[in-house]
Amino acid sequence: MSATKMVSLTIEGRAVSVPEGTTILEAAKAAGVLVPHYCYHPGLPVAGVCRMCLVEVEKFPKLAPSCATAVGEGQVVHVYSEKALEARKGVLELLLINHPLDCPICDQAGECELQDYTFQEGRADSRYREPKRFNPVEDFGGDVLYVTNRCILCTRCVRFMDDVHEAPVLCVSERGDRAVISKAADADLTQPWAANVIDLCPVGALVSKDFLNKARAWELDRTASVCPGCSQGCNTVLETRDNVVMRMKPRPNDAVNQFYLCDVGRLDYHWMNRADRLESPKIRLADVLSPVDWEIALGQAAEALRGRRAYVVASPQLSNEALFLLKRLIGATGGEGAFRCATGPEAPLPGVDDLALRADRAPNVRGAELLGFTRRDGDLLAGLKSGDVLVVAGDALDGVDLRRAVDAATVIVVGTVLPVGLPTPVAVLPIANVAEEEGTFTNLRGRVQRFLQAKAAPGLARPSWYALADLATAAGAPSDDCALPSRAFAALAAAEPAFSGMSYDALGLRGAVVAGAEVAR
Amino acid sequence: MGYPHKSHPQETPVLSKHFGDPAARTLEGWKARGGYTALAQALTMAPTAIQDVVKASGLRGRGGAGFPTGLKWSFMKLDDGKPHYLCCNADESEPGTFKDREIMRWTPHALIEGVAIGAYAIGAETAYIYIRGEFSEPIRVMEAALAEARAAGVIGPNAMGSGKRIDIWVHKGAGAYICGEETALMNSIEGKRGNPRIKPPFPAVSGLFGQPTTINNVETLTAVPHILNNGAEWYKGMCLSSPKSTGSKLFSVCGNVARPGNYEVVLGFSFKDFLYDLCGGPPAGRKFKAIIPGGSSVPVITIEEAEQVRMDYEGFLEVGTMLGSGGVIIFDDAQSMPRQLARLARFYAHESCAQCTQCREGTAWMTRILERIVAGQGTFEDLDTIFDLSESMTGKTICVLSDSCAAPVVSGIKRFRGEFEALITGRRSSTVAVGG
Repeated sequence: MSATKMVSLTIEGRAVSVPEGTTILEAAKAAGVLVPHYCYHPGLPVAGVCRMCLVEVEKFPKLAPSCATAVGEGQVVHVYSEKALEARKGVLELLLINHPLDCPICDQAGECELQDYTFQEGRADSRYREPKRFNPVEDFGGDVLYVTNRCILCTRCVRFMDDVHEAPVLCVSERGDRAVISKAADADLTQPWAANVIDLCPVGALVSKDFLNKARAWELDRTASVCPGCSQGCNTVLETRDNVVMRMKPRPNDAVNQFYLCDVGRLDYHWMNRADRLESPKIRLADVLSPVDWEIALGQAAEALRGRRAYVVASPQLSNEALFLLKRLIGATGGEGAFRCATGPEAPLPGVDDLALRADRAPNVRGAELLGFTRRDGDLLAGLKSGDVLVVAGDALDGVDLRRAVDAATVIVVGTVLPVGLPTPVAVLPIANVAEEEGTFTNLRGRVQRFLQAKAAPGLARPSWYALADLATAAGAPSDDCALPSRAFAALAAAEPAFSGMSYDALGLRGAVVAGAEVAR
Repeated sequence: MGYPHKSHPQETPVLSKHFGDPAARTLEGWKARGGYTALAQALTMAPTAIQDVVKASGLRGRGGAGFPTGLKWSFMKLDDGKPHYLCCNADESEPGTFKDREIMRWTPHALIEGVAIGAYAIGAETAYIYIRGEFSEPIRVMEAALAEARAAGVIGPNAMGSGKRIDIWVHKGAGAYICGEETALMNSIEGKRGNPRIKPPFPAVSGLFGQPTTINNVETLTAVPHILNNGAEWYKGMCLSSPKSTGSKLFSVCGNVARPGNYEVVLGFSFKDFLYDLCGGPPAGRKFKAIIPGGSSVPVITIEEAEQVRMDYEGFLEVGTMLGSGGVIIFDDAQSMPRQLARLARFYAHESCAQCTQCREGTAWMTRILERIVAGQGTFEDLDTIFDLSESMTGKTICVLSDSCAAPVVSGIKRFRGEFEALITGRRSSTVAVGG
């Protein structure tokens, strides 16, 4: 590899050195200066049309669009000079002359770049005295609604569909101030990744039907998470209000999902709010489940496991930590572990390397495999032997042939809901779901990624690592080194060579790849 | 000859010599009038030698910008191994300009010869003549002439037996003003929406289909065979004022004038003589008031300023306007300048490609303010707003469409402020709202 030539320049008085060919806008970012912009997006081809990112470059005859101007050695760039500010003020006034200013009823309010920059740099009033242009709202299909009047024609959506999704459905129709975004006849935004245009839209022109009028942006708490929808492990933000997940949005991570999240994953969060959850530990008394203390339920479970083999059915929705503790339980009882994974058609995003809605529709298939669980999509209970204790962890067992379980008779359930059709379990241990606890998943490329707790678990439900550490201890596998999620992970890293050397701190919010994971795919 | 009027004795008909002569349209007729000798000669020369002749002649782009043609050609790297393209800009969408139309109608082979020489000089084997879609007759004439030239082997895989390949194709525009902008034109040929591209990269580096491309106006290319036939010195000798403006130029004259039409004069000609002698002065009983001398995109000047001007690139700059495309639009004293400028602004608002914010919103806003002033509902603040708005619209966008909207309006208000104020204060009743 030849060394990249570096170019040094000064932006707003800050010296910065960036690789040759970098745009002034990106160089400014590197220098810690945000140049206001609309049409520019690091994941899309440069359009240079909003003219918002105009900056003054000394010795240039005109203001330069910083998104489309490459850095030059020794350049002196002024982002906030009077000339640049005046130009951007002009752009903002022009963007607003036909904008409805319906912020009070706009979902984008509070996270709207038009709003932000107008407050930051725009005029206090408008000199526009003419009637505003009006166009009706259009349903673009999928999850996308186009509120034409709010559109500033930055064309991010058009470029995303053309160049990243490679499904040229959107275009600019008409000319002059009659121009609008339209979709091709007989096509709409039902493509698997189309709803990303909602996130890309810097204003409230493209809004989510799912989120429409549900919450104000400033009421939401945001938590870094990982999409549990498939084995890709797209980084997400869970946005909650009053302990309810209101929406899930992508969180940029160049190594996994760049800036994007598929529509399936994006809309598959409602279950995190389901109300009919297991809220209390329970034990079987006279063939009826009765709520009890955690200690009693754990004791009952340990009692059932004494001297018997645990056949653990684990969900690949469980974290590495939970699966690791289940592995300890299996080890202590001489049992075995199995899992199954729902599958669906794979849907790649063509413009991004190695990004797809994966066939395996669970986040931790790779983790389950690394931790020794056997994939049994056909007959999940094939390994269940007479006399085993069936430990069902996280799997609701819907659609599974449960005749073998009926024979095994002794069942322990660790989960968020009670599977239907099982013999009455001897103990039921309620756990948190992915939004309610901290943990890590291993994606299909072996990347271990953390997700954080976004909301509280219901009732007495405990984080899975917490409940399973207690269960493993009660069953004779010492797990008192797992008093915190970070410690559970540390124990995992110490015990499993694939995870060797990892820690929560080292993983950060970008993740790290397990040892031995093939780099080349 | 001359069309529609006979050539005026003070004209210098070089390009327009055969206007109105149907026999010049055919290959045979064109050859009989000395056609294709320049191409035959050019094909024996080195491309750089042709570039040098054109450089020496001082020929500058006739489409509006006035960039030296030979210099433009020399930007093409002849040995880069890439396919090169020549685009001939025959979109002629600038209001007030209709010289290229006449060149294509009467002397199609002159253009073909110029395009072929240009293509050879920049190392291109393929050239496109991008003709505006409304030019149905010129398109028909050009296509017939191209078919003839191809059949006779003048162009094609073995142009004039030289072993050089020169293919020329006509591409029809679809009615967008902006497609006369060189990068929008390339997008249009590629089948894309006619949006101007960001420069850099410039066309000579990455143009049509991402390959090195040169774009020349019809009139520019048509002048090239004459330069090769008669020599650079001859062309350079056609100069009445600034030595930087050489050769003859067609001026399209329209508006309130006794004899509208195309006139070919040597650059540096007196604009006063041009207006009163060649064009016959104002219509009976009227007086000239204002002139837009270079197509609708250039600043408007008063008749007093116009009478001082020498008709060349430098002369027009001195009075704050531009030679542009040579489309002379004349207003007499019966015209309301606010109304004329509002109509002009509306054209730009209609034709803005909608990419850049300042242009998309600015042209439309400016139009609405002007139309309101014309309707008698303007205020003095409106004039300030227009000046401020024109600042936003000038020098800040991808192409110069919004500059072109602002230039005539701002210059018009500066020079004819009284007419605007009369409408604002109600001293003068509003004319009919701009329509139609």
